[in-house]
Amino acid sequence: MDFYKKRTLTFTNSNILEGYTVAGPKENDGRYKGFFDFALEDDMFAQNTFERAERKMFEHAIEGVIAKANLKENDIDTVISGDLLNQIVSASFASRKIHAGFLGIYNACATFVESLILGSAMLNNGLENVVCASGSHFSTAERQYRYPLELGVLRSPVTQWTATGVGATVLSNKSDAKVPKITRATIGRVVDYGIMDTNNMGAAMAPSTMSTLVTFFKDTGTTPEEYDVIYTGDLGKLGSEILRDLMKQEGYDISDRQHDCGGSLYWDEQQTYQGGSGAACTALLFNAVLLGRLRRGEYKKILLAGTGALMSPTTSFQGDSIPAITHLVEVTA
Amino acid sequence: MDVNREITRENYKAYVFEKMPKSSHWKNMFWAFLIGGIICAIGQGFIELYSLWFNLQDASILASGTLVFIAAMLTGFGVYDCIGRFAGAGSTIPITGFSNAVVSPALEFRVEGYVYGVGAKMFLVAGPVIVNGVTISVIIALISLIIGG
Amino acid sequence: MDTFLMFVKAFLVGGGICLIGQIIINFTHLTNGKILVLFLIAGAILEGLGVYGKLVEFAGAGASVPISGFGSALVKGAIKSAKQDGVYGALTGGLATCATGVSIAIVSGYLVAVLFRPRTKKK
Repeated sequence: MDFYKKRTLTFTNSNILEGYTVAGPKENDGRYKGFFDFALEDDMFAQNTFERAERKMFEHAIEGVIAKANLKENDIDTVISGDLLNQIVSASFASRKIHAGFLGIYNACATFVESLILGSAMLNNGLENVVCASGSHFSTAERQYRYPLELGVLRSPVTQWTATGVGATVLSNKSDAKVPKITRATIGRVVDYGIMDTNNMGAAMAPSTMSTLVTFFKDTGTTPEEYDVIYTGDLGKLGSEILRDLMKQEGYDISDRQHDCGGSLYWDEQQTYQGGSGAACTALLFNAVLLGRLRRGEYKKILLAGTGALMSPTTSFQGDSIPAITHLVEVTA
Repeated sequence: MDVNREITRENYKAYVFEKMPKSSHWKNMFWAFLIGGIICAIGQGFIELYSLWFNLQDASILASGTLVFIAAMLTGFGVYDCIGRFAGAGSTIPITGFSNAVVSPALEFRVEGYVYGVGAKMFLVAGPVIVNGVTISVIIALISLIIGG
Repeated sequence: MDTFLMFVKAFLVGGGICLIGQIIINFTHLTNGKILVLFLIAGAILEGLGVYGKLVEFAGAGASVPISGFGSALVKGAIKSAKQDGVYGALTGGLATCATGVSIAIVSGYLVAVLFRPRTKKK
C-alpha cells in the first residue's frame, strides 16, 4: 500500500428491513431464476424507449420495497439512488413520483454499496427510514458506453454483460424483529493502475477492491476467515482471479470465500463471457439472494464490496486510463 | 506469470495481459474468411445478373448497392448483428458492414427524432469512412494531376 | 465455366481480404470504425498506385465488395474526371462514382429506422 489511513465506519442502528428486486428477462433465466420479486418478460416494460423502461423499473422497485416493508410513502425520509446513465436520469426522474427527499449519487457499479453507506450514516444522524436503490439496463448502457444494439461486432472474451434490473433496500433505525444489520463500512479510494481497455473492466477494478479490502481488514483487525462469504460487485471471472492474486500478495487468502455478484448472475451458456456488470448486479444479488440467506441464518457475517469503473466514453476516446473505486459494507445477520 | 514475482503498479498491465483469456484466433479467422468470401460471392452473383442488362462497371455498382440494401434490411430484422457476433471482420469489411454501420445508429437513435436522432446520428460509426474516403480520393487525384501533368 | 471460376475467385479474394482484417483485429483490437477506415485508405492508396484496379479485374466482387473496393472506386472516379476537368474533376469525380452506394445506404437507413425498432440482444 502506498499510504494507509483508517477509513472504516461503525454503525449501530442500521437495520435492513426489506429488499425488493426487478430483474430483466435474461437475468431471470440465469442462475437465480425465481429469486427476484418481479421479473420482466420484455425489457421494454411496456414503454416506448429503453430509457423510460429503466425509469419505470426504478419506480416499481422503490414503490415495491416500501410496500413490502409494510411502510407508507410518508414514512420514508429520503431515497438515495443512482444509475449508469448520463446525469443519472433514471434515478432522478423516477424520484419525481416519490414523496421523500432524494439524493442522487454516482459511483458507477459501486453505487449500490455507496448508497448503503450513506443511508446508514444518515440513520446514525437521526433519520428513520431510508430507501437505497440502484440499477442498470443493458440496452441503455450499451448505447451510452459501447455501440448501437444492431451493429454487428465481435465481442472480446474479456467483455461483460450489463445486467438489466433494479434492486432497492429499506434501511431503518429501529426494528421490532431481529433483522440483518449493516455494522461496518469502508469508503474506498479511487485507484488507477493504468488499464486502458474499456472491455476489461474487471482488471481495472481489481486493484481498487484489493485496496479497500486490505484497508478494512487492517482497520478492524479482522481476517477473511471471520466472514462466511465475501461478495464483490462485478469484477467478472478474470477480475476475481486477479483480485485473489493481489490479496495473496498482501497476505490474505480469500480464494475459498470470494464470490462475484456479476460473475455468478448468469449461466455460462448465456454467453456473457466474464459475467454480468452494471449497477444492477450488486443490488440484485444482495436483495434477492444474500438478504434471504442472512435471514435464514445460512450466513452469519458477510462482506459486500461494490466495485465501480469510473470512466466515460469521452475519457476513453481521449486516451485516459480507467480509474476505479470499491466501497465495502459488513452485514451481520 | 511467475507466482513469486511481485505484481506492482508498473508491471500490472503485463500481468493482466498474461492472465487474459485469448480469443480463439483460428476460429475467428475461419469464420471471417468464410462469411467474407460468401458475401463477395453473392456480390459476384449480382454482378453476373446485372451484366445481362448493363455494362460491367454499372453492374458492379448496382451489385454493391443491392448488397447494401439487403444488409440494411437484415439489420432491421435484427439478423446482421448476430452474423457479426461470430464473423467479425468477415461481416465488417464487406460493403454490407458499412451499411450495417449506417443503419444501426439510425435505428437506435430514432427515439430522439428524425432530425437530431436519425439524421444526425446516422453516420456515427460510418461517417469517418465517407470523410476519410472523400479526402483521400481528392488528394490522390490532385497528386495524379501533378504527376501526370 | 468462366462464370464459375469468377465465383471461386470472388470467394477466395473477398474471404482473403476479410481474413487479413480479422488478423489485424485479433492482434490490435481495433474498433469497427477504425478497421473500416484502415481498409478504405488501403484500397484508395492501392488504386492510386494502379494495383487495386487489376485485382478488381481479376476477382470481380471479391475485390469490389470489401470496403477497400469503395476506397478504390472513389479514387478511380476522382482520377478519371481529374484527367478530363482538372482540379474541378478531382473534387467531383470521387463522390459521383460512389453516389449510388452512399445514397442507397442513406435511404435504406432511413427506411429501416422508420419501419423497425432496435431489439435487445439475447446473447
